[in-house]
Amino acid sequence: MSFFDVAEAAVAAALDAGARYADARVMHKRYESMDARNGEVEDLSSDESAGIGVRALVGSSWGFYAVPDLSDSAARLAGARATAIAKASARVAGPAADLVPTTVSHATWASECLVDPLAVPLSDKGDLLTHATKTMVEHGADQATAVYQIWDTRKWFVSSEGHRIDQHVRECGAGIQATSIGAGETQVRSYPAARGQYGTRGWELVRELDLLAHAPRLAEESRALLSAPLCPAGETALILGPEQLFLQIHESVGHAIELDRILGWEAAFAGTSWLDLAQLGSLRYGSELMNITIDPTLPGALGSFGFDDEGTPAAKRYAVKDGIWVGVLAGRDSAALAGLDYGGSVRADGWSRLPMVRMTNVGLEPGPHTLEQIIAETDDGVFMENNRSWSIDDKRLNFQFGCEIAYEVKNGKRGRMLRNPTYTGIGPKFWQSMDMLSSEVQYWGTPNCGKGQPTQAGHTGHPSAPARFQGVRVGVRA
Amino acid sequence: MTVEKIAEQVLDLAQRALPGAEIEVSADAVHRALTRFANSRIHQNVAEDTVGVRLRAHLDGRTVTTTSTLTSPEGLTSLVSRTAAAVRSAPRDPGWPGLAPAAALALPGEVDEATREASPDDRAARIRDFVDAAGGLETAGYCQTGYWTGAFRNSAGQALAASATTADMDGIARDAGAGGIADGVARRSGVALSELDGAALGARAAGKARAQADPVELPAGRYEVVLEPEAVADLLTNFSYFGFNAKAHQERRCFAEPGTQQFDEAITLYDDPREPYDAEGTPRTRLALVEKGVTTALAQDRRTAATGGGASTGHAGAFGAAWGPTPQNLAFAPGTATVDEMISRVTRGLLITDLWYTRVLDPRTLALTGLTRNGVWLIEDGEVTRPVRNMRFTQLYPQALGPGAVLGVGAEAVPQPSRVFLGAWTSPALHLASWNLTGGASG
Repeated sequence: MSFFDVAEAAVAAALDAGARYADARVMHKRYESMDARNGEVEDLSSDESAGIGVRALVGSSWGFYAVPDLSDSAARLAGARATAIAKASARVAGPAADLVPTTVSHATWASECLVDPLAVPLSDKGDLLTHATKTMVEHGADQATAVYQIWDTRKWFVSSEGHRIDQHVRECGAGIQATSIGAGETQVRSYPAARGQYGTRGWELVRELDLLAHAPRLAEESRALLSAPLCPAGETALILGPEQLFLQIHESVGHAIELDRILGWEAAFAGTSWLDLAQLGSLRYGSELMNITIDPTLPGALGSFGFDDEGTPAAKRYAVKDGIWVGVLAGRDSAALAGLDYGGSVRADGWSRLPMVRMTNVGLEPGPHTLEQIIAETDDGVFMENNRSWSIDDKRLNFQFGCEIAYEVKNGKRGRMLRNPTYTGIGPKFWQSMDMLSSEVQYWGTPNCGKGQPTQAGHTGHPSAPARFQGVRVGVRA
Repeated sequence: MTVEKIAEQVLDLAQRALPGAEIEVSADAVHRALTRFANSRIHQNVAEDTVGVRLRAHLDGRTVTTTSTLTSPEGLTSLVSRTAAAVRSAPRDPGWPGLAPAAALALPGEVDEATREASPDDRAARIRDFVDAAGGLETAGYCQTGYWTGAFRNSAGQALAASATTADMDGIARDAGAGGIADGVARRSGVALSELDGAALGARAAGKARAQADPVELPAGRYEVVLEPEAVADLLTNFSYFGFNAKAHQERRCFAEPGTQQFDEAITLYDDPREPYDAEGTPRTRLALVEKGVTTALAQDRRTAATGGGASTGHAGAFGAAWGPTPQNLAFAPGTATVDEMISRVTRGLLITDLWYTRVLDPRTLALTGLTRNGVWLIEDGEVTRPVRNMRFTQLYPQALGPGAVLGVGAEAVPQPSRVFLGAWTSPALHLASWNLTGGASG
C-alpha cells in the first residue's frame, strides 16, 4: 500500500462519514541537530517521525485528526474522526465556509540539494562546530556556541478534489555565537544571523557560510562591546544590516499580511493585524522603494516549496508594490471568506498539525543603492547589525528591536562601536521613512516562527538588503 | 503495545545492539485535543494521538539522543540501529553525567478520567458557555484537554511509569467601542475539565473588555502597578526560561544567586510539577526556588548537578540539553490581599491585566521589553478611574520584585495555561512599586 493509498483511504473515510471536503497528508520527517559549546558537543539529536493528518469540512466547520499509524485501518479511522470532530464544531458554528478553486495537480516536487546533509559524517559536522567554538574561546569569548539543524521531509497529499502530490524538501543551516560577560551584562555577536542561516538547500549552504573564518571576529567584537559606549537615545537616521532587516520584514510585514490574522482567526493568541481589507490596493504601507513579494518559488530560500499544504501550486505575488499594500498570505478558506481569488500560503509543521496560513518567502526586491552609498550619504546616524531581541504588539504596529552591535555614522563614515542598541517605531511610519535601499539582496531564513495553538514552528524565508530609515527613535532601555 | 512494553523492548534491543553502553529510554503516549474559536465560532478543531520513543545512548565517551514515532517492531528496530550507528561516530562527550539510579516516584501523576475521555462536544460546550456569557461581544480563544501516559527505563535499573491529564481554557472578548476594539481576557488551567467554567471565564473577559471603552494615552514613565494573574504568568514564564536554570547560572548568563536576598520578602516561588519524572528518569518533587525573598535553589538536571555539585532536581529535557534545566510549573505563593485592596492602596498607578510579546534584552539582568494587552486602567486615589491605551515597557524583572519593591501579593493564586503541554503557571496578582513604561503602543 503506497502512502498515496493511505491518504486516499483517509479521505474516503472522511467523505463516507459525512464530510463535503477532505484532504490528508502523510508525512515522513527526519531531523538532526547538534549543539556545541566551548569546544565540546553539548547535544546531538536524531529524530524520525511519520504519520497522517486528515482535515474534514462538514457544513461550515472543520475537523482535524492525526495519528502516527500508516495502516489502512488507522487511516480510515483518522478520516472518520476528523469528520466527527468537524460535526462537533457545529455546536458553535459560523457562516458558511468555502474554498477558492485551485489547480488540481498530480505532481512531484523536490528542493535542490547538492550535498545530502544527513549523509555528511557526524564526525565532520562535530569537528566544524567544536573547532568554531574553540576558536571563539581562544579569541576571548566567555561562552561560544554553535548549532546546525537538518530537516528532510517527504509528504504525500491527497484531496477529495483529486489532488495527488508528493514533495521532498531538504533544509539545513547553521550559526555560531560568541558571548562575553562583563559586570552585570552580557554582550553577544552572532554569524551569519542571530539564530543562524537556513535554506531549502543541502550541506553546501553550511560550507559556504565558512563559520570558522568568522569565529575570531565574533569573539573579539563581543569582548570589545563590553567597553563600548552605550547607543545614544534619541531620533536619528537608522541603517539596518540585512540580517536585522529580514526580521523587521518578518514581524512588521509578514505577520501583518496574514489573512487569518486580518480576519480575526488568531485574535486571542498571535493577534490580529492593523490592516483593513477595505484598503487592500490603496493603503500606503511604505515609501516607493518598498516592494515586498510573497514568493515560494525562490530557489534555496527557506520558505520555498512546489505546492502548499492545500495543494496550491507555488506562485509569486506582490504584497507591497511601490509602497502600496496589494496582497496577502492566504489559504483557500480565508481567501473565500475575504472575497479574494488566491490561496497558496498554507502549511503545517508536521503531520500532527493543522495546516494554517504561514509566511513563505516574504521579502524586499532590490533597491537602487549599495550599503557603501548609504553610509557615504548619511551625515548623522546609527548603523545596527544582527538581532538580539524582538517584540511587537498584537496588531503588528508597535515594535521594539534590540541589536547585537551598532556603529555611529558621522559625515558619511562608519565610526565607533556602540553597545546595547535598540530602536522602536510604528510599522507604516517606519516603512514610509525608508529613503535608501541596497540592491545587495540575500535570502535569509528562520526556522522558528511560532504561530497557532498548539504552537507550530514555521520555516520562513526573507529576501533582505541594507536600508536606511529616517527619524527613528533609538536607545530605549530599562 | 503499551508505553511500558515499548520502553522495555527498546531498552532490550539497545542493550543487545550496544553491549556495554549506558542506555535510557522513554516512551510517551499523548492524546491532545484543542478546540479553537474566533469571531464567536469554532474555526479550528484538532485532535492527535501520538506515541513517541526517545532513546539516549552513551558508549565509549560518546552520546546520542534519538526519537521516533514509528513504534512497530520494524520501527523500533530501525530506531535502535540508527542510534547504534550514530553513537559510534558522534563527537566525544566529556561531560556525560551517568544514568539516573533506581528511585521511586515522589509524586503521583494526577489523572481525571472524565478529562481523559473528554469529547469534542465536551470542549464545544465550554466554548458555547464562554461565547454566551460574553453577552454578544465577539469572542476568541481555545479549550484544550490532554492525557499523557509515559514509561521510563534505563540500563541502571530505573523503571518508572506515570500518567496525567490537563485541561486549559483561554479566551478573549472584544468590544468594538468608540476608541477602537478593546479586548478582555480570562484564562484557567487545571487537571480536570470540570475545573473550567466557560461561563465564568467568558463573563470575566467580557467585563474587562467593556471596561476598556474610550481609553486615554498616558506618557511614558515609571508607574506603580497592580499586575493581575494573567500578567504575572508572564513573569513566571521568563523566570522559568531564564531565571532559575542551573546551566545558565554556571555559564554566568542568569541573575539568580542562591543564598542571596534577591527578592522582596513577600515573594516565595516554587515549582510544582505535573509530570512526576523528567527526561533522565529523575523523580520530581516540589522545589522551592525562592523563600521569603531569598533565592534558595536552581533547577538542575544530571549534567548541571555533575558540573556544579549537588543533585538533579528532575528538570531535564523541556528544551533540550543545550538550553538546560527549565521548571515548567512555577508558582508564586499567594499572599493575603485582594485585587481591590491592592488598588485601594495606590495613589496613582496602573492596573494591568496582561503582558504580551516579552523578549529578553539581556539574560544576565533579565531585562525585558514587551507590551500591555487585554486591559490597562489608570488608578487614582485608590480607585480605577479610566482605561488606558496599551503601552510598551522595558523592565528588569528581578528588580521589579526586588527587596522593598513588592507592596502586595494576591490571596488567590490562579492556575494559568502555559504553551508547554502539562506546563502551567500559578500566579496571584502582584502590587509593585514601579514598572518602567517606555512608550505608548500607538506611537
